[in-house]
Amino acid sequence: MPSLEVKIGNLTFKNPVLTASGTFGYGLEYSQFVDLNLLGGVVVKGLSLQPKQGNPPPRIYETACGMINSIGLQNIGFEEFKKEKLPFLKKFNTNIIVNFFGENLEEYIEMARLLDSLQEINALEMNVSCPNKDSEWRRMGLEPELLKKAVKEVRAITKKTLIVKLSPQGDVALMAKICEDEGADAVSLINTIPAMVIDIKTRRSMLGTSTGGLSGPAIKPIALRAVWEASQTIKIPVIGIGGIVTAEDALQFLIVGARAIQVGTANFINPQATVEIIEGIKQFLIEEKIKDVNEIIGSFIQ
Amino acid sequence: MNKLFKSKIITNEAVTEEIYLISLEIPENIETKPGQFCILRLNHRLDPLLGRPFSIFDHVCGEIKFLYRVKGKGTKILSQLKKDELLTVTGPFGKWYPFPQGDFIVIAGGIGLASVYYLIKKFPKKAHLFYGVRNENEILFYEELKELAKHVYISTEKETSYTYRGVVTELFKEKGKSLSLPIYACGPMVMLKELKKIVNEAQPCYVATEERMACGVGACLGCVIETKQGFKRVCTDGPVFEIKELLL
Repeated sequence: MPSLEVKIGNLTFKNPVLTASGTFGYGLEYSQFVDLNLLGGVVVKGLSLQPKQGNPPPRIYETACGMINSIGLQNIGFEEFKKEKLPFLKKFNTNIIVNFFGENLEEYIEMARLLDSLQEINALEMNVSCPNKDSEWRRMGLEPELLKKAVKEVRAITKKTLIVKLSPQGDVALMAKICEDEGADAVSLINTIPAMVIDIKTRRSMLGTSTGGLSGPAIKPIALRAVWEASQTIKIPVIGIGGIVTAEDALQFLIVGARAIQVGTANFINPQATVEIIEGIKQFLIEEKIKDVNEIIGSFIQ
Repeated sequence: MNKLFKSKIITNEAVTEEIYLISLEIPENIETKPGQFCILRLNHRLDPLLGRPFSIFDHVCGEIKFLYRVKGKGTKILSQLKKDELLTVTGPFGKWYPFPQGDFIVIAGGIGLASVYYLIKKFPKKAHLFYGVRNENEILFYEELKELAKHVYISTEKETSYTYRGVVTELFKEKGKSLSLPIYACGPMVMLKELKKIVNEAQPCYVATEERMACGVGACLGCVIETKQGFKRVCTDGPVFEIKELLL
């Protein structure tokens, strides 16, 4: 049987398949379909210090091979997560990664401090790239100086594996390099792509807000390019995200350099997508007589 | 209970020009309740990407039915599927209508009948049904409804020999307001808004709501509706809510 194990920071993942933040709830929601023990890791819904109500509905709209969302980072806040969600998650033998954000740099730092204190959490994923942006600090993914400062300060506060989730906009390789230089253990990319859709009769947006973030298979080629560029520039691992629905999709990301991948929108169309992808990667390795998934990673031939 | 299965189409037929009734084979151990929904997904397609949530119209052992209106790309493709083709079904999901203890009022607006028919059928001869449609041709399952319900009142835009002229909430005000019974309703937002004005706070009134939905299990937070307690998820906190909780 081939080895699917990969390493990111000081963590070992039993396989390179993780769930993407915001598409898998807090794990409980999908545990009726998926044995969470089988996953490389679970990245939970983006968390902030205080509960956040999110954007007005309608919040999603389907596009060709994709969907736009404007959830607006609705979440239950740190305290309720710790009390109500973490006890369930810690029962499973998988890595728990908490995606987090703040309204300002102080909140990012405070969140990192609080999350660092929780034994059950294996890694932090710092969201610097929400397309439903409404604060300077959530736009730091587009502004090198802000990103540099934030990663530096967050790095100083936590010893846990620190992943920075980047935007597809701008110079992805540059931003990834900043994360590496400031001590991040990995970068994950891409977040959704800012997008909009219009109702021609009302001439208004189909969403409660004017714009949202595009996800799903429609964005896969863009994500693949971003992962390739970043992985050529930095030595720390890249986690690939964007339109991964099948094992073949996942393998494409691994070939261009992703150490692991996250499955997002595909959970909505097939609640068992993650486990099918794991199985599909394993089958591919067997068929190709490859003993270790790491042999595939970065094997792209130009 | 397995909530994800491949399902074979038994029938998929037009009831009117726009409205279809699809009947699917499902495992016999699946339990459903009136007000719940399932997500139907076309296999192996990425466009449309998402499955479509539909209220459970009827369920007898091993066979489940959904009544749907052809509105967009997904329902158009669904309407073209034939007997023996396969769909992926997830569900049943969601909170159901609390079971009535005796007689009850049902208010259905158009395709809203899809959500309340199963309730009427489950409690035969207990429902006082108020059913509003635009014209006579849109009245669905009239004979069955007359058999199943205690009373059937129908409103249409133009009066006929057996329908009232006007909207269903006006009909309810005239014929049903004095009945002190719990209300179960499903229909367009304009109907629910009007109903909220009419119903007094002491009278239980349960309504099935709808929003665009992705996951169906409470994870994506895409299908929220505004309530007195903030945004609630239609898929798992609903789709059935007490009308007094909703900010319509």
